[in-house]
Amino acid sequence: MTEVSFLFILLLTVGSALGVVLSRNLIYSAVFLLFTLLGIAGLYVFLWADFLAGVQIAIYIGGILVLILFGIMLTHKIVSVNISHSSLQRGVGGLLTLALIAFLSWIALRTPWRMVSSQEPLQTVGRIGQELMTNFLLPFEVASVLLLGALIGAALLSRRDT
Amino acid sequence: MTHSLSIYLLVAAILFGLGVYAIMTRRNAIAILMGVELVLNAANLNFVAFARFGGMNSSGHVFALFVIVLAAAEAAVALAIIINLYHNLHTINVEEASTLKQ
Repeated sequence: MTEVSFLFILLLTVGSALGVVLSRNLIYSAVFLLFTLLGIAGLYVFLWADFLAGVQIAIYIGGILVLILFGIMLTHKIVSVNISHSSLQRGVGGLLTLALIAFLSWIALRTPWRMVSSQEPLQTVGRIGQELMTNFLLPFEVASVLLLGALIGAALLSRRDT
Repeated sequence: MTHSLSIYLLVAAILFGLGVYAIMTRRNAIAILMGVELVLNAANLNFVAFARFGGMNSSGHVFALFVIVLAAAEAAVALAIIINLYHNLHTINVEEASTLKQ
């Protein structure tokens, strides 16, 4: 049962990622992106990262994807059917992409990764919080300043008459 | 199958390649942004997979969290720029938007 659901999530992720890249309609691309992000959240569950799976759904699907949909709606006239978009150099790009994927997969399969067997932890949130407050305190504070800067910058940039 | 590192690395490699393909071939700025999101997610998947198979180290999770934070900030600023571009040039085709001012 676990294997079947794992395989299903795997195919969902990769298949809808293909949909994001190949779909002609931008709205369809965004909807496919939703399923890709959902599939990645499922893979996080299989990797024992329950908190990250929740964060993935809350921030990526609830935040970033809605933002992207807003962007599509605001930059195209909704009444016009022409929300499609063209691509350039599909052949060369496809060949380069296949070469890149083959190269990365070759590296991933050939390298003898150092594996440490471990038990499934009882909780991950507490450990992440401890890491954030001890080893990663400075990056945590810098991230908060970055978010404030992005907030102000985005609001300033998207004002009508500056 | 759920207990092998390679399958996660393969999925991440495919997602990364597809994201790069979108960045390379798409003309629409928002579609390029979607490609960037795919690339960031592939990197995140690698972080979490290595955290899981490298002794359940929480540092990988923290790094993935930081990547998500950066992706949120990047999407907000990028969409603000794209909307500004659309107001000024009435297009979000990255090939037509090649000038720095109107």
